[in-house]
Amino acid sequence: MAQIAKMVAQRLALGLLTLFVVSLIIFLAVELLPGDFTQAVLGQSATPETVAAFRKELGLDQPAYLRYFHWLGDIVQLDLGRSFANQRPITELLGPRIYNTLFLAAYAAVIAVPIALTFGILAALYRNSIFDRSINVAALTAISSPEFLAAYILILIFAVELGWLPAIARVNPDTTFFERLYILLLPAVTLTLVTMAHMMRMTRAAIINLMASPYIEMARLKGLRRGRIILRHALPNALAPIINVIAINLAYLIVGVVVVEVVFTYPGLGELLVDSVSKRDMPVVQISCLVFAVTYIALNLLADILSILSNPRLRHPR
Amino acid sequence: MKYNELERLFLERRISRRQFLAGAAALGATTLAAGVIGKPAFAAPKKGGRLRVAIGHGSTTDSLDPATYENDHIISTNFTFNNHLGEVIETGEIGPELAENWETDDAKTWVINVRKGVEFHNGKEVTADDVIASFNHHRGETKSPARSLLEQVDSIEKDGKYRVVFKLNAANADFMYVASDYHIAIQPDTGDGTIDATAGIGAGPYVIEHWEPGERAFLKRHPNYWKSDRAHFDEVEILSIIDASARTNALITDEVDLIDRVDLKTVNLLKQRPNAKVEEVVGFRHYTFPMRTDTAPFDDNNIRMALKLSLDREQVLNSVLRGHGRIGNDNPISPSNRFHADLEQRTYDPEKAKWHLKKAGAEGLKVDLSAADAAFPGAVDAAVLYKEHAARAGITINVVREPDDGYWSDVWMNKPWCACYWSGRATADWMFTTAYAADADWNDTFWKHDRFNKLLKEARAELDQEKRAEMYAEMQSIVRDDGGVVVPMFANYVFATSKSVRHDGTLAGNWNLDGMKFAERWWFA
Repeated sequence: MAQIAKMVAQRLALGLLTLFVVSLIIFLAVELLPGDFTQAVLGQSATPETVAAFRKELGLDQPAYLRYFHWLGDIVQLDLGRSFANQRPITELLGPRIYNTLFLAAYAAVIAVPIALTFGILAALYRNSIFDRSINVAALTAISSPEFLAAYILILIFAVELGWLPAIARVNPDTTFFERLYILLLPAVTLTLVTMAHMMRMTRAAIINLMASPYIEMARLKGLRRGRIILRHALPNALAPIINVIAINLAYLIVGVVVVEVVFTYPGLGELLVDSVSKRDMPVVQISCLVFAVTYIALNLLADILSILSNPRLRHPR
Repeated sequence: MKYNELERLFLERRISRRQFLAGAAALGATTLAAGVIGKPAFAAPKKGGRLRVAIGHGSTTDSLDPATYENDHIISTNFTFNNHLGEVIETGEIGPELAENWETDDAKTWVINVRKGVEFHNGKEVTADDVIASFNHHRGETKSPARSLLEQVDSIEKDGKYRVVFKLNAANADFMYVASDYHIAIQPDTGDGTIDATAGIGAGPYVIEHWEPGERAFLKRHPNYWKSDRAHFDEVEILSIIDASARTNALITDEVDLIDRVDLKTVNLLKQRPNAKVEEVVGFRHYTFPMRTDTAPFDDNNIRMALKLSLDREQVLNSVLRGHGRIGNDNPISPSNRFHADLEQRTYDPEKAKWHLKKAGAEGLKVDLSAADAAFPGAVDAAVLYKEHAARAGITINVVREPDDGYWSDVWMNKPWCACYWSGRATADWMFTTAYAADADWNDTFWKHDRFNKLLKEARAELDQEKRAEMYAEMQSIVRDDGGVVVPMFANYVFATSKSVRHDGTLAGNWNLDGMKFAERWWFA
């Protein structure tokens, strides 16, 4: 156990270092974008005087490195700052949207992960059968079509023609939990369609890969049923790659869903990031990117830890 | 004249409702006409209901501060919770709002009488102090786009509790339009001569209950609103839905009652839906191709004429806007403007263009045209069509596709020839002063014409409307024949409502959605 604690600590430290590097890259990337916030906001109405007055108001007239260290200093003290655009505290701006994004991601994951694992195991069990082939074709078709297309098709069928579900996912603070589940069903199914194939096929491949190992052959020679071999003998050893794929897909559900958010007009983080980038609202862009980076790092860390725990050889290294 | 033609003229606001009804009566088509105007136009509006609106604009970076209003989501919210000094009515004239009336003898000193007994949402009465504080929010050190408009104001002084005196540095017969600019919302003075700009307290028809930038504004009727015959809905919910398909879906699945910016590609399909009603208004919005007249080869008017003559406007209108607009005549004054002059329409004439080229000694002219869809949706397509049309006049246009990002800072007013759009201005003077006067910040054609600039000053000070109309007509013809701007078309405002939404049949053209005052002017059947 002490070893695991040590490893987690090491990973966390590395994660923090990564975050620092990421923060630098984000800052540089935002600096490199053509034009700045003042010009983007004033648009056609940007005259040299208004731009200068505005820059001064926001402290944009200071050199970049100074601004970076000020920003970093504030972050370390957990002061996320305020949006340039409307002067609202970023925590207030980000809070409800992080909740919305996580809610949708969790909802989609709760649907997608069990289905993907079950279908993956079944596909391995009935390898090369009609079932295996059709499930593969269906999953690959779903992942190959762009998500907005899948979303529009679902909207057309379930919202416009049948009228069972809402076409837009408008939630507000008064929406109850069960209303949310109803409103978000279409977006969650869309996300399930685009993430399921990856997890399912990885499950299938990992299990099939192990099926050729000598110890599985031994189990089969002992006369065990195929189902038992797969669930008890193959699956535990196939967990590491499966966990990693699930982690990547969970991260995708959080950081990569902007298209689905736009199609369903769901107020999530992606929309906030896109708006902020196009307006060059640097503080919000930086914090949103940091949130995404933290998500990736945390999920990967979790996946690593779980893989190690699932593997006795890594748990007890000689 | 056929009835259909008459109906089109009416719907495009080329003729008034009275003219339309008279014409329809002459054609024996009064029943049809009543259907177009909508029976409720003659019935009293009904109170109640929640109007749900989806606007194709809105950003998480929006703010309630009037100095930052810039897109249709916040502008429609603005007109729903704020009042201004005056309001532009459907004839394009300015009518009273918080200014009960105004007086001027020389168009230089304006005395404004503030309406008595009007209440802000916080219960405070609107007085001269509030007007002054609201104007000062846009003067001096500020990023407000209204700042340059108010540079003509030398002083604003209080003359009693309900009188404000504006002294201008030069006469401006249109000052009440400027003073009613949508940015200059009248909000309560906090006691020190400033307004609390982000508090969201106005004197408008609805009170803000909930506001999430780029997402949703939710408002309830102001119980003490002074206009007793307006603001019929109980509640108004204004959503921001950027995606055009999502907006359309929201309307046909009855999630909302009104959507703006209907996708022109699918508008005919939308018209077939049983619950949707599509309407359009000719507004001030126009698309342009400004040439820098200070840069070769555009400094030669023969070249400019050649280029103006080598564009088939009808085809551009039909392909880019699918006919939902009017062709332009190389000047920015819309047919909806009260000073619009009926000049001869410029047509596609490659032969005449060749003649101008020869006169300039520029046969085989090659020019670059910069375009991006940031300029207007379909700008790149329009530029490519232009290239095809100009080829027949022996002109080679090289279409340069620019990035959307940074278009206004790097391309517009920098490249010699580019695509651009203008949402237009309420008055001819305002439009010309903003983009055609020699010293204007946004004189994007860098055009300096002595006679034009002289007329501009004279017309601004002229109080005789007949004389002004003559002057503006001459100015429009100067811009048309000498200016650096190609105006291919005016874009209609196209919006759709559910069948239960009603209005009195007269829609203002100064903004989309009845001058953005739908929340106070419309009602449910």
